[in-house]
Amino acid sequence: MADLVFWIIAAVTIMSAAFVVLNNQLIYSAVALLFTLFGVAGLYVFLWADFIAGIQILVYVGGILVLVIFGIMLTNKIKSVRISHKSMQQGVGGVVTFWFFIFLFIALTKAPWAFSDAVEPVGTVREIGVLLLTDFLLPFEIISLLLLGALIGAAVLSRGES
Amino acid sequence: MYRDFGTVFFAVIMGIVMVSIPLIISWLIAPSNKTKDKLDTYECGEEAEGSAWLQFNIRFYIIALIFLIFDVEVVFLFPWAVVFKEMGLIALIEMGIFLLILCAGLAYVWVKSDLEWVRRRIKYGGGRYKPLSASSED
Repeated sequence: MADLVFWIIAAVTIMSAAFVVLNNQLIYSAVALLFTLFGVAGLYVFLWADFIAGIQILVYVGGILVLVIFGIMLTNKIKSVRISHKSMQQGVGGVVTFWFFIFLFIALTKAPWAFSDAVEPVGTVREIGVLLLTDFLLPFEIISLLLLGALIGAAVLSRGES
Repeated sequence: MYRDFGTVFFAVIMGIVMVSIPLIISWLIAPSNKTKDKLDTYECGEEAEGSAWLQFNIRFYIIALIFLIFDVEVVFLFPWAVVFKEMGLIALIEMGIFLLILCAGLAYVWVKSDLEWVRRRIKYGGGRYKPLSASSED
């Protein structure tokens, strides 16, 4: 059952990712990206990373995708030209991706995968919370400074003033 | 953990099925008689003009960016909330500092009037711009 669900999620992820790349309308690509990001969240669940899966949906599906769609809708050519992107350099791209596929295939099949007997974790959110408030307290507080810098930087840049 | 996410997966599947079943039923049994009026955006109402694909206001983008920052902040609230009870006061203080630093960012965009739909452009207007600047300063 779990295997079947995994294959369904993997198929949805790959097919929607292919749709993102192959479709000519940027806005349709952005909508297809929704399914890709959801599928990736599902794959995280199969890696026992429940926290990352939740964050994937919260930040990528809820935030970054909205930003991507806004970015497309903000382009001032949207009225005059049909927003589309053409495939270019198909020959070179095909050769490079073919050899990259060969490389990945060999690497994945020959790699000595380490299998562990460790017990599967019940949930990772609790441990992350404990570690954030004890061992990684300073990085945790510095993150807020980083976010503050990102916020002010984004505001200044998107305001477009010197 | 698989069990918990199995529930989520089941809910997703049920959501898709429950939405598509009425659509399929109406597609199967409803007579299809498409006229120009029926395909209008508003069958009886305003005539729609132009395309829905129009250029958005740049204000949407900056508000989305600010939203994204606070979205990432919420990411850190979740593990904190799970362990809040056992960590007690220290967790409260630490998250207080975390949120206070980010509140400075909120105050910054607020003061710089990035959150307002119509930006105040005229700060210290004189002459013919005086009424404009006076009305936009509130």
